[in-house]
Amino acid sequence: MVRQFGEVALAIAIAPLFAGWIAQCRAWLQSRTAPPLIQPYRMLRKLFNKDAALAIDASPLFRTTPYIVFGTMVLAAAIIPSIATDLPFARVADAIALIGLFATARVFLSLAAMDIGTAFGTMGARRDMMIGFLAEPALLMVLFNAFLLSGSTALPSVVDASTAHPFFVDPSLIFAAVAFVMVLLAENARIPIDNPATHLELTMIHEAMALEYSARHLALVEWASDLKLFNYACIGFALFLPWGIATHGRDGAPELGLAVAALLVKLIVAGAALALIESLSAKLRIFRAPEYLAMAFLLAVLGLLVHLLLGA
Amino acid sequence: MMTGMTSAVAIHDLHFLLWLAAAWIALGFMGMLRPHTTRFIAHLLFPLGAILCLGVALLAGIFLATGHAPQMVILPLGLPNLPFHARLDTLTGFFLLLLGLAGAGISIFAAGYFRHGQGTPPGLLCLQYHVFLASMALVILADDAYFFMVAWETMALSSYFLVTSQHRIAEIRRAGFLYLLMAHVGALCILLSFGVLQGGRWQFTFDAMRGASLPPFWASAAFLLALLGFGAKAGLVPLHVWLPEAHPAAPSPVSAMMSGLMLSTAVYGMLRISFDLLHIRYWWWGVLVLGVGLFSALFGAIFATVQTDMKRLLAYSSIENIGVIFTGIGLAILFDASHLPLFAALALSAALIHSLNHSIFKSLLFLATGSVLHATNQRSLGKLGGLIRSMPWVATLALVGTLAIAGLPPLNGFVSEWLLLQSFLYTPQIPHAFLNMLIPLGAAVLALTAALAAYVMVKFYGVIFLGQHREPSLVNAHDADWLERIGLAWLALGCIAIGVMPQLALRAAGTVTGALLGQTVNLGSPFWWLAPIAPKQASYNGLLLLAGIVAVVSITFVVVRVLAHGRMRRTVPWDCGYPWQTSRMQDTAEGFGQPIRHIFGSFFGMERELPSPTDVAPRYRIHIEDRIWGVLYLPIARGVQRLADWVGLLQSGRLPIYLLYSFLTLIALLVFVL
Repeated sequence: MVRQFGEVALAIAIAPLFAGWIAQCRAWLQSRTAPPLIQPYRMLRKLFNKDAALAIDASPLFRTTPYIVFGTMVLAAAIIPSIATDLPFARVADAIALIGLFATARVFLSLAAMDIGTAFGTMGARRDMMIGFLAEPALLMVLFNAFLLSGSTALPSVVDASTAHPFFVDPSLIFAAVAFVMVLLAENARIPIDNPATHLELTMIHEAMALEYSARHLALVEWASDLKLFNYACIGFALFLPWGIATHGRDGAPELGLAVAALLVKLIVAGAALALIESLSAKLRIFRAPEYLAMAFLLAVLGLLVHLLLGA
Repeated sequence: MMTGMTSAVAIHDLHFLLWLAAAWIALGFMGMLRPHTTRFIAHLLFPLGAILCLGVALLAGIFLATGHAPQMVILPLGLPNLPFHARLDTLTGFFLLLLGLAGAGISIFAAGYFRHGQGTPPGLLCLQYHVFLASMALVILADDAYFFMVAWETMALSSYFLVTSQHRIAEIRRAGFLYLLMAHVGALCILLSFGVLQGGRWQFTFDAMRGASLPPFWASAAFLLALLGFGAKAGLVPLHVWLPEAHPAAPSPVSAMMSGLMLSTAVYGMLRISFDLLHIRYWWWGVLVLGVGLFSALFGAIFATVQTDMKRLLAYSSIENIGVIFTGIGLAILFDASHLPLFAALALSAALIHSLNHSIFKSLLFLATGSVLHATNQRSLGKLGGLIRSMPWVATLALVGTLAIAGLPPLNGFVSEWLLLQSFLYTPQIPHAFLNMLIPLGAAVLALTAALAAYVMVKFYGVIFLGQHREPSLVNAHDADWLERIGLAWLALGCIAIGVMPQLALRAAGTVTGALLGQTVNLGSPFWWLAPIAPKQASYNGLLLLAGIVAVVSITFVVVRVLAHGRMRRTVPWDCGYPWQTSRMQDTAEGFGQPIRHIFGSFFGMERELPSPTDVAPRYRIHIEDRIWGVLYLPIARGVQRLADWVGLLQSGRLPIYLLYSFLTLIALLVFVL
């Protein structure tokens, strides 16, 4: 139980750092002066100290949504085996249920965006739900692939299965990994689909939904979206780069320390890679998003077929 | 019959259930005693009907939990040589449980709803309503083809009269006619299917049909006829056309009954014939049902996103859910034919639990639209909005149904979708070279459908309850009365209960799969855990998920309040600083469906009228049509018309010609006889 709380606390603590790291890498790649790494924390502190300005017509749904979204993301962080597989919460939901949990957060945020009844809020809700239904089939095919390799959709079992023979990489995993990264970028409002730094009204997706939030509510929404990115990265590590995660029976203090170190290294590399991808690609028009996610889907299906054809 | 006689206690369940059905009919006739006294009918008879529903659910639940031995009885009713047979087994028990649970909520709601008595007088409505309820129970209890068809037709007719209760509106009469027509085409197919199933022995009891080993051709014929017949009732594409017309036309409690309960009787019939009466299942049946189910699910979801009438939107969502259920049935047939009974049991459990879930959350949402309709007199999404402020009760309870039907954890819709996705994971084990690669793609279609369902529900809830009032009159909308709230709350409670205790539903479904397939999924885990194959393989725990979210949310709330502060002020919305905002600037229902029209354009027959820049009175109109009308139904209608025209050539209207026909017929007959 202590380890469970430790894992969650670590996730909550370093999720903004991960987002800050990506922002820093992006700034370097674009030869700008990078903001300090702790900039996201300063932002959160500032927001928590401000007075909340709430629209006149906001219903209780609007006010509770930031807490619910934050809560689902924290819970997801408890379920995903980011440092150890043998944790009490790890079996509460398998990977498919995790997608469902993310969908719950998305639906709440979309409903809250529609609650005020402004033009941009509903536009953001509509677009975010669209990205959601386009991304889900691709994500499911990625998980299908993982299931075929390990015989399980529970992430701890996937990690246990793949760390059992660490130097074997199935070719289908490469396709699945590329598809997963594409979905990750789309789901977390990153560049080819959405721009986290944009404030140009007509291109916003995630920003448009958070537009009416201020102060502590906005802080929670932003923190939750950092956590979502962190969670997605950890799902990716569990599926494709499970090395270092403390597995069942081998999770004493030294192994856990090693697992934390491995996680940090992976996050640093992954953050730099994400920044590189984002800097090299241009934002797509919103109606090119179906093509982009269809490509992710086809890659995942290719991975599946490769596995079935080669493995049979 | 032997098993029924063995224990005197066991026979009681079935007798009680039949008496409860009879009591519903009696309640209906009591309504005719004082047909215009709304108080007597609404505050006495409908609540009594709800108590009977609870009784049915309780008896069925006890039967599923304790004895699984089938019970049979021959009723002293029917034709001299063709008495009615009734039977209670686990499949019957499961669907009676569903009927009772959802029916109780609907009846209590109806007690508050039918207060004004528009159209048909309340007494007559009460009769039709309770006969409808009883006939559905009898369809499920029937154990011979004759009794089944009598109950089936009673169900169709009573619901027809309920649909047309506002019969002064031409549109509703038309919807009713279409419904009656499709119901009868379906009933004919079912009748033919029973005709094939009796296998030349002219025994119409289901027991005799179980014994008849049909040759492959006739078995397939019976199966296909059943699929057509029950598919027409369930609303599978392309036999769905009546559904989006008839469900919105009916009063809301009746829409809820038709969508939540009557569609389930079609699922029941399909399961009864394909898993019980037929002794064998072929793999291509499974592929066919799977294909039709997936297509219906996707079709329903896509069409639901572009609807602008709230009840039509829900009707299309019913098509989607029925598609999901039939996807599960198709997978179960496929697994069963491939000798993988464990996975067949998993898929069938998913289909059964989804039927149960659908009956609960779809009833809840249809009833919520009823309250909205009462409060605002608006069915069009374009004229609603912001009702969460004037109708907090309905909005809160509808939110539960919305999240449940969108398939979100920790509510019940997610449980069945998760089970179905789990069973898809085993499709690569099917021993057919191409099927094992094609069918996994079905899982992607299912995921797309589930995500589209979430889109639909965000639209449904967001446009009705959130945002600004789209019409000034909505400020005066009143909340539902207490009877309506009880009905809605009962169903919302069902959504939560099945979501956090999924193992209970899985155990109920397990008794059915045990009887039909001889196999159950892993039922050993405690009632809040779900691990259908093995905990190592995949597990889900709704209760812990809900508890976790509630705990984290409360801790976060307290921490934020203690470490930061709770200061807040109310201002006008920010909206990027645009100063001039009206409620007309929100997304309309059409606007919210726009990405779908863009992406899935080829599904629709679209007719657009766009304003040009120079228009003095700009007008934007879009009309969306089901392509199936043009492809399938209109050619059939034209064919019938042409045939009628040809027959019409015989009718000249002159007496000598008709006499000539008689004369020629006589001559022909004489030639034939001699």
